[in-house]
Amino acid sequence: MPNVPPEPDIRQGSGASGSSGPASIRNFSIIAHIDHGKSTLSDRILELTGAVEERSMRAQYLDSMDLERERGITIKAQNVRVGWRGHTLHLIDTPGHVDFGYEVSRSLAACEGVVLLVDAAQGIEAQTLANCYLALEADLAIVPVLNKIDLPAADPDLYASEIERVLGIDAGEVLAISAKTGDGVPSLLDAIVERIPPPSGDPHGPLQALIFDSHFDQYRGVISSVRVMNGRLATGDRLRFMHAGGVHLAEEVGVRVPAATPADELGPGEVGYLIAGIKDVAEARSGETVTSAVAPAEAPLEGYDDPKPMVFCGLYPVDGDEYPELRDALAKLRLNDASVSFEPETSGALGFGFRCGFLGLLHMEIVRERLEREFDLSLIATAPSVAYRVRTSDGDDVEVDNPSELPPAAQVDEIAEPMLNVSILTPSAYTGAVMDLCQSRRGSMSQMDYLSPERVELRYELPLAEVVTDFFDQLKSRTQGYASLDYDHAGYRAERLVRVDILLNSEPVDAFSAICHRDGAYPYGKAITAKLAELIPRQLFDVPIQAAIGGRIIARETVKAKRKDVLSKCYGGDITRKRKLLERQKEGKKRMKAIGRVEVPNEAFVSALRLDQ
Amino acid sequence: MTDVDRARPAFGVYVHVPFCTHRCDYCAFATWTDRSHLVADYMACCRDQARELAAGMPAVTSVFFGGGTPNLVAPSMLDAVLGELPLAPGAEITVECNPDLVTPAAMRAYCDMGVNRVSLGVQSMVPHVLAALGRQHDPTMVAASVDAVRSAGIGLLNLDLIFGSPAESIADCERSLTAAIAFGPDHLSVYGLTPEPGTLLGDDPSRHPDDDDMADKYVIVDEMLEQAGFEMYEISNWARPGAHCRHNLLYWQQGSYAGIGCAAHSHRNGRRFWSVRTPERYIEAIRAAASVEAGSESLDPDERRLEALQLALRTSAGVPAAAVPDDVADLMMPAGDGRLRLTVQGRLLANEVAIRLHHSPHGTE
Repeated sequence: MPNVPPEPDIRQGSGASGSSGPASIRNFSIIAHIDHGKSTLSDRILELTGAVEERSMRAQYLDSMDLERERGITIKAQNVRVGWRGHTLHLIDTPGHVDFGYEVSRSLAACEGVVLLVDAAQGIEAQTLANCYLALEADLAIVPVLNKIDLPAADPDLYASEIERVLGIDAGEVLAISAKTGDGVPSLLDAIVERIPPPSGDPHGPLQALIFDSHFDQYRGVISSVRVMNGRLATGDRLRFMHAGGVHLAEEVGVRVPAATPADELGPGEVGYLIAGIKDVAEARSGETVTSAVAPAEAPLEGYDDPKPMVFCGLYPVDGDEYPELRDALAKLRLNDASVSFEPETSGALGFGFRCGFLGLLHMEIVRERLEREFDLSLIATAPSVAYRVRTSDGDDVEVDNPSELPPAAQVDEIAEPMLNVSILTPSAYTGAVMDLCQSRRGSMSQMDYLSPERVELRYELPLAEVVTDFFDQLKSRTQGYASLDYDHAGYRAERLVRVDILLNSEPVDAFSAICHRDGAYPYGKAITAKLAELIPRQLFDVPIQAAIGGRIIARETVKAKRKDVLSKCYGGDITRKRKLLERQKEGKKRMKAIGRVEVPNEAFVSALRLDQ
Repeated sequence: MTDVDRARPAFGVYVHVPFCTHRCDYCAFATWTDRSHLVADYMACCRDQARELAAGMPAVTSVFFGGGTPNLVAPSMLDAVLGELPLAPGAEITVECNPDLVTPAAMRAYCDMGVNRVSLGVQSMVPHVLAALGRQHDPTMVAASVDAVRSAGIGLLNLDLIFGSPAESIADCERSLTAAIAFGPDHLSVYGLTPEPGTLLGDDPSRHPDDDDMADKYVIVDEMLEQAGFEMYEISNWARPGAHCRHNLLYWQQGSYAGIGCAAHSHRNGRRFWSVRTPERYIEAIRAAASVEAGSESLDPDERRLEALQLALRTSAGVPAAAVPDDVADLMMPAGDGRLRLTVQGRLLANEVAIRLHHSPHGTE
């Protein structure tokens, strides 16, 4: 699927084309929380600098994927070159969700500065703060901006002093703008030129260019966003991709103004795109260093990391015949998203499918939605799981990301689960509610800081498994949407974990197995059997639904046999209607999965696993 | 079969009379309470349509005046329609009647014009259950109606009952049945209450029947009627031996019939079709000598075979054993001639059995 936006009418921004010396270049990202106005600001910058004329503006130009636009988030990094008063500015858009933290760090590595964009009515949010710390660690200049000053609820003075307290930036340096009306945006562009240093780099040294995003275009192959650090990147160069190891020809280099415009070469500090005849984004991942195959750099740039999937689930076609289509769709999707992993798996209940790994829950939902939408598949997803480290009684360590593959209890010495360091920013009125939630999710508090009398940062150590269920939704609902969340991975911790199996009509259904803490096993078993009893329609026989640990039943519900399902009257000889009702009923059975003799609606697999406890 | 020639293929005529004085809360059928000004025109159009259809019609073995409330219109209007039809000797002629509106004079008129079967919409004999169904009539009117039918010399009497309202206790259900049986009808149609979308009852979930309660009541109904000497010949229909409704059975035997009036369905030569829904559009079409057909369907041979099985399944004749898959075999019992019919529990789950039936070219009739 191509992700390049359709080209706008205007091909050329004023002063935006061509290469210019590093001294006139400014590379920056905008760090902002969802809804704080990043896309609107990006649009306004494109418009003010003449890169895109107002009449050809599509609202939120940079969020080019349908899904991004719908969810109001950026998944893939984009970049655009604009001109401003004799300077060349590269705006590098960053993903806006904690799942894509690694992508953010790579985008920041392509910049010398960031615009910290904060809603003047809401103040700074956890993830913004976390990204801002990342920028500070990377020694980037920070241009703090309060947005939405046109709102009646805006309180720029209050939140400017919050920024001063939290980040140590003088409140007097905080700009106030309205991206919506354009008020203050020219001053912001001036401040970017003044406060963010130009890039440095050796134009004559060996080439080192950082890839900070890649996507697959069905006509051009992989198109990578690159930032040249040292040397020059020219069309026709033979390039070595230092981590992946491949050698490719630079078919085209260019800049986005925002339309992709070929250029002869990119020099130090310049940001643009590279097309090198690559068919798989895994060959050109974020963080990759590109150098010359002829005169290579000695070492790649720092900071490369292979993002590891953190959340796993099984994906199965509702219709077993669609397995080959699902396989092809996953392969195609992976061309564009190297962070998805998948391998074939077989479920007793669901048949043939794939065990898939994702960066987080949002990533999982996005991938699933894209598979259904772009490839027209109907899928069943099993309960999300994390990867446990299991030490067997033989002393082997095995990683288990599918609960049904956990060895029998007798062969297990220890199960360790992945942990997170979680930071939550919340208005202080909700501190108690947030602490209750973290407590109920087996969290232990490590720190609590008041950012102001009204706002608190809580730091917790929490099991990843507790966060991937519905933690984020719960956090939002308990704080009326005000709390925000960020996390880092914090290794593994051995815990008293057990596998809870669900038996339908006395047969275990692997798709419903889950690993959970011993103390939570009984409530979990009770909740899921009750939920399933609601979701599974009455059958022609009693269906017991049981939860079990090993051979021990810990909860039981029964769906009583259906006793009546018959049409009564035939009005005025209308046999047609009767027959159609039967046809519809028969059709309905196709939306069920037969597990043993029990017909389970597809929704049950999704809904049962969303427990609101 | 009584005196109709067994060799003659059955052919029915349904005449829809869409007028009512009051709409019951559960009724989703094409009926109107505010169209009395249309009655004369409408019935005249029915007569005209009967005349036109009669030309290509085989001998009619059953006529059913349904509604709506056929006894809301003058007997002469029904007679005018009847007069156009090529009736077979001994044809079954039924008029559906609201007991509130039954008069001895009307029943005598029916008898004189050849009506030999009256069906009374009793629904329940328990006042608070009737109220819960949104019915207005007084159960004491039923006795007077029955007398009127009998005194007029109309030979066959059916009572319609509805069970399953949550307002109806098991005892209420038994009371209705006992009272209905005491009237000595020849036939009883006992329907489970069905909430239809768009009706007052359908839109109020608190008035919806409970499936388990319905099942309990159906079993009681079946037992009481069997004990009183009635035979179940279709899921909702019981009759004294030989007194089954031929017209009704025609539907379940995939037989042929013509519909007259609005919203009436026809089935001829494998094609099903139905007329426009409102009396206004019906009158307009008949007067313009235009088609009254609103829709139709023709089934392919496979679909037809399956439909035949699904319909026959509802009757005591049952289906060939080969059509029944093993997983529902315990809902069936032998019906003779290598056929299986539904048990009482099976009848309650007839849809589940119907959607599982095989219709291989072999093994069906």
